[in-house]
Amino acid sequence: MLLQVRNLRCGYGSLEIVKGVSLHVDAGEIVTLLGANGAGKTSLLRAIAGLLPIWSGDIRVNLRSVVGEPPWTRISHAMMLVPEGRQLFGDMTVWENLLLGGYHNLDRKRAIEDVYERFPHLKGRLRQLAGTLSGGEQQMLALGRALVARPRLLLLDEPSLGLAPLMVREVFNCIKRLKEDGVTVFLVEQNAVAALEIADRAYVMETGEIILEGEAADLVTNPEVRRAYLGKGYKEIWE
Amino acid sequence: MNTTARIWPRLAAFAAAAIVVQLSLSAVGKVYYLTQLTMAVYYSIVVMGLSLLMGYAGQVSLGQGAFFAIGGYTSAFLTTHNMAGYRGAAWFDLLDKCGVIVSRKSLYDDTLVLTLAPWLAFMVAILLTVVIAAVIGYPSLRLRGHYLAMATLGFGLIIHCVLIGSPALGAADGITGVPRLSVGGLAVSGKSAVRVQNYYIAWAVAIAVLVLLRNLVESRMGRALRAIHDSEAAASAMGVNTPKLKLEVFMVSAALAAMAGSLLTHYNEGIGPSESSAFKSVRYLALVAAGGVANLEGALVVSTLLVFLSLRGWFGTYDNAVFGIILIAIVALAPQGPFRQLGLWMGRCRTLYKPGKEARSGAS
Repeated sequence: MLLQVRNLRCGYGSLEIVKGVSLHVDAGEIVTLLGANGAGKTSLLRAIAGLLPIWSGDIRVNLRSVVGEPPWTRISHAMMLVPEGRQLFGDMTVWENLLLGGYHNLDRKRAIEDVYERFPHLKGRLRQLAGTLSGGEQQMLALGRALVARPRLLLLDEPSLGLAPLMVREVFNCIKRLKEDGVTVFLVEQNAVAALEIADRAYVMETGEIILEGEAADLVTNPEVRRAYLGKGYKEIWE
Repeated sequence: MNTTARIWPRLAAFAAAAIVVQLSLSAVGKVYYLTQLTMAVYYSIVVMGLSLLMGYAGQVSLGQGAFFAIGGYTSAFLTTHNMAGYRGAAWFDLLDKCGVIVSRKSLYDDTLVLTLAPWLAFMVAILLTVVIAAVIGYPSLRLRGHYLAMATLGFGLIIHCVLIGSPALGAADGITGVPRLSVGGLAVSGKSAVRVQNYYIAWAVAIAVLVLLRNLVESRMGRALRAIHDSEAAASAMGVNTPKLKLEVFMVSAALAAMAGSLLTHYNEGIGPSESSAFKSVRYLALVAAGGVANLEGALVVSTLLVFLSLRGWFGTYDNAVFGIILIAIVALAPQGPFRQLGLWMGRCRTLYKPGKEARSGAS
């Protein structure tokens, strides 16, 4: 088990957002966490990445608890977050963004070469400011930046956010290729159809709790997934 | 990457300007201006260090005056305190054997004065200041917000009171009779015979500091600092240890203040408690703002000029008020610094006087 979350509770101020979530990700899997806006997906991911202090529960990477460790030590567990909205360093060049991804990787130049192979598009734009890239290119750079650290576990927060459908397909193809290269992916998404297509397993989150889990192939046809997105009364209202 | 390449022409410009100023002052017979210029250049080292801290690490320190004073007083004390009475003590003999004890005749009578060698006192001064900065910075930089500003303000006030109240440090008079600091054939000294030489020593030190800080800003550490500026969360997700990095920059800025304090103490042959006053720390802050915050060259030029005018007495009794007004004016009118603001205004004027197609779209 590469990542294991047990009974995790966290939130902001006195507001509890994540109410006792347990899940796990095995090495080599793509696991997706689905849910509507405000379900607590991003908070859960921020807690796993160390950016949000947790109230109780446990987070284990490779069976070792990382609770209480500051966010910048996560990379020593070979875990890397691609944050929501990409969070590129907009005033810096593509090249500098990639260098920062390899902040702790002494072999960062070689790792950047590998990123070019994966995203040939970036190579021609090394001197361009990251903030001036298109949405799709920015997502590629965000993924590339994380990969320069050579993570074993990649946490992706809504990579499809704000992208055109064609771009979404391309990003998800990249994620699938990552799995073939041995990177384990924990993917938080609102775009359930696209995510379930590439995932092995999935969790569905609603108002801070996991309400469903299973094989991705089974969940595609599960009406409960749709219900989680559209709200409890959707049957009476829409059908 | 490209900024490193661009720094050499700028350094050449600084060096050329320094030479032109010296030659023209000599030509018009006002060589004595060089004394205040030399002092101003040393003060600008403090300002460049603070510019690094404020502009690149986003932290404010109101204790730079105190660090300057700690550096200066440490040098002054260690190079004037007569240790002749300790002769025979094991630690003194050990120091003597290492060759770091110097002797000279007292200024007043023929007694022998034994002190630490100035170069070693210089090192001790910087080291001591860095350790103190670490102790103050460690707790306050773990918290987000302006805790460092508050902690350093309080620290500065304490140091000021301690210096004024310590007879061993000369109380309100400070320490005088500090010998010159000589390294190789060069000596940091205020004697008029070596005035021109010292003017160039000051510039050499300041330019070396500028090159060092430029390289720092363009290095992996500087990149990480700029990343923190952009998004602290994303930077820490990349593995950037934010508090540690801020602490390191704070220690660098304190070390530079101590270095300037020590050099200036040797140049002035003494130091007084007014160097540690809150007015001085606010003055450094105003100078950083006037230089354009994250602009090391701007800090060097603006602070050298303004401090020179201040030392020449241009601002009269309003000296401290002038720097306060500068700070307010910058914050109110040109928060990005006067140079960038000037550029903006010039751009706007150009579009006003050249009403063309592009101009109108540019002005909107």
